[in-house]
Amino acid sequence: MAWLEVVAEKCVGCGACLKACPYDALALEDKLAVVKESCTLCGACIDSCPYEAFVLRKAAPQAGDGLSGYKGVLVVAEQKRGVVQSVSYELLGIGRRLAEDAGGALSAVLIGRDVAPQAKRLIAYGADRVFVAQSEKLEFFNDEAYTHVLCRVIREQKPEIVIAGATCIGRSLIPRVAVELTTGLTADCTGLEIQQGTGHLAQTRPAFGGNIMATILCTRHRPQMATVRHKVMRALPPDEGRTGEIIEIQPLDEDLTSRSTVLKSIEEALETINIAEADIIVSGGRGMRGPENFSILFELAKVLGGAVGASRSAVDAGWVPYAYQVGQTGKTVQPKLYIACGISGAIQHLVGMQSSDMIIAVNKDPEAPIFKVATYGLVGDLFEIVPRLTKEINARRVKTA
Amino acid sequence: MNIIVCIKQVPDTTAVRIDPETRTLVREGVPSIVNPFDMYAIEEGIRLREKHGGTVTALTMGPPQADAALREAISLGVDEAVHLCDVAFKGSDTLATSYALAAGIRKIATFDLIICGKQASDGDTAQVGPGIAVQLDLPQVVFVRTIVEIREGRLTTERITEEGFDLVETPLPAVVTVVKEINEPRMPSLKGKMKARKAEIRTWGVQELGVDPGRVGLDGSPTWVEKVFSPPQRAAGQVWHGESAELVKKLVGELEKVKLI
Repeated sequence: MAWLEVVAEKCVGCGACLKACPYDALALEDKLAVVKESCTLCGACIDSCPYEAFVLRKAAPQAGDGLSGYKGVLVVAEQKRGVVQSVSYELLGIGRRLAEDAGGALSAVLIGRDVAPQAKRLIAYGADRVFVAQSEKLEFFNDEAYTHVLCRVIREQKPEIVIAGATCIGRSLIPRVAVELTTGLTADCTGLEIQQGTGHLAQTRPAFGGNIMATILCTRHRPQMATVRHKVMRALPPDEGRTGEIIEIQPLDEDLTSRSTVLKSIEEALETINIAEADIIVSGGRGMRGPENFSILFELAKVLGGAVGASRSAVDAGWVPYAYQVGQTGKTVQPKLYIACGISGAIQHLVGMQSSDMIIAVNKDPEAPIFKVATYGLVGDLFEIVPRLTKEINARRVKTA
Repeated sequence: MNIIVCIKQVPDTTAVRIDPETRTLVREGVPSIVNPFDMYAIEEGIRLREKHGGTVTALTMGPPQADAALREAISLGVDEAVHLCDVAFKGSDTLATSYALAAGIRKIATFDLIICGKQASDGDTAQVGPGIAVQLDLPQVVFVRTIVEIREGRLTTERITEEGFDLVETPLPAVVTVVKEINEPRMPSLKGKMKARKAEIRTWGVQELGVDPGRVGLDGSPTWVEKVFSPPQRAAGQVWHGESAELVKKLVGELEKVKLI
């Protein structure tokens, strides 16, 4: 049992916590904060109290089930059609640092068919050891078979930390593995580091649509598991001279069984590149007025080498397909440059793009909330500004060419 | 076909924001809503019942006020609702939540398909759907954008991938998590709202479910939040007014400075 307690001697009844609680679970009674039934133990109030009057009480932790005996970092490398995905190299980048801070080796596991030649690349990018599990039944991602194979590797190797990409595959596979192993998993981490003193993995990620950041620990279970999105971490420069061990694993027949079958894997050509991968995104909202006007955004995106995105308004109006949607119920993007055209900047859109390195907003309305997050906000007519921008960039290209 | 839709009541994120001065979380009126992705799960459950017959049951684990989310599901057309409610469930992470929900599903007993929304807008983890599948030893398909067919106990779905989609065939019973592309949720009807007001919702706690108290709530949660803080503030930007030609020249200058062009 656990509960949130207000330390009466410290509480002055200022009410700051009431405003901080997303679940309306705090009230003031006789100038003292009281915790209501609706409290979910999210912890948002703890940070908000200037007097440190909150204590989260937990039952005494159970004795850990041999936390020692777990050592090292394991990266779950991802391959598609036999090609290792670049998120795997980024994971090795952060993995190397974690392995050094926590102590232990950095290993990778690669599951697929005829993928052994790729193991050398993983070593070049930092792995000390690569476990390769191959079978024709593992050629395409399959939840159950991959879960069985990966769990077996983890149970045998006992890594202290397991990290994987928060990709479509990762978000299907890793939650399954974590529950199978009865351990903790933190998804979509934006920060990972070894805590000084305790040696635990501190996992930081956004919550409430990115409105707050939370640091999460998994102190009584191993391995500590985390997924990280593509382009959040950095790969180390590859060292082709690096040596390491490649260990081929023969998957057991029973691990290769699965109830589901992938009948077909279809690639759909989107007019521009997948926006979650793009370094530059030109995005349109209700201010675009109609689907035909998106052509000026496609032209600007082309000249910048970027992708086109859209706000929910534009998608709901049927102007562009859902794959273009950026925001709370669409994609979260972190490009180097995000150009928002005719987008007002409702919070549901901002949560999908506010971590972009640079944000440019073009909007007729000087009061549009988007201007609060824009690095540079242009108040004006996007139908004049956007084509001019495309023209100007082209002109400068020609000059330098 | 008997369908169970797992839903969650969440704070409306639009009302939850950071106060720029105090740099803490501020809520404005905290409306609670059904998690946006779960609305698509509810709609899909109802559509499947319209096509194949059977019942749709909404299931949630949450504090007493989560009752409102279940009644909203009923107003949309869900037949029954079950509320897993116990002080012992407080502080559950995704493992503890999937354990409790799985126990609830076992107690409901008859089901062919479990539908969840892709993720909840407060925790944003997308872990509970797969977690339930493992707890119940069921196959899963996540990020489903279309249920193509259900025939002779087999489910065919399109699940999204970075490049497009996979066509996946799964035997029932199974767990699917759905994305927004799957359908357009309906509005509640007046009749539905009246039914929701009067509906009897089964409420089960630790005792009724027969779960191990050590596996729910904070005790059953390997992960826990050590601290919560405001994201780093974006540095204040500039807002320019002027003729389009000037604005464009100025912008291109800035983009060149940082080598974006």
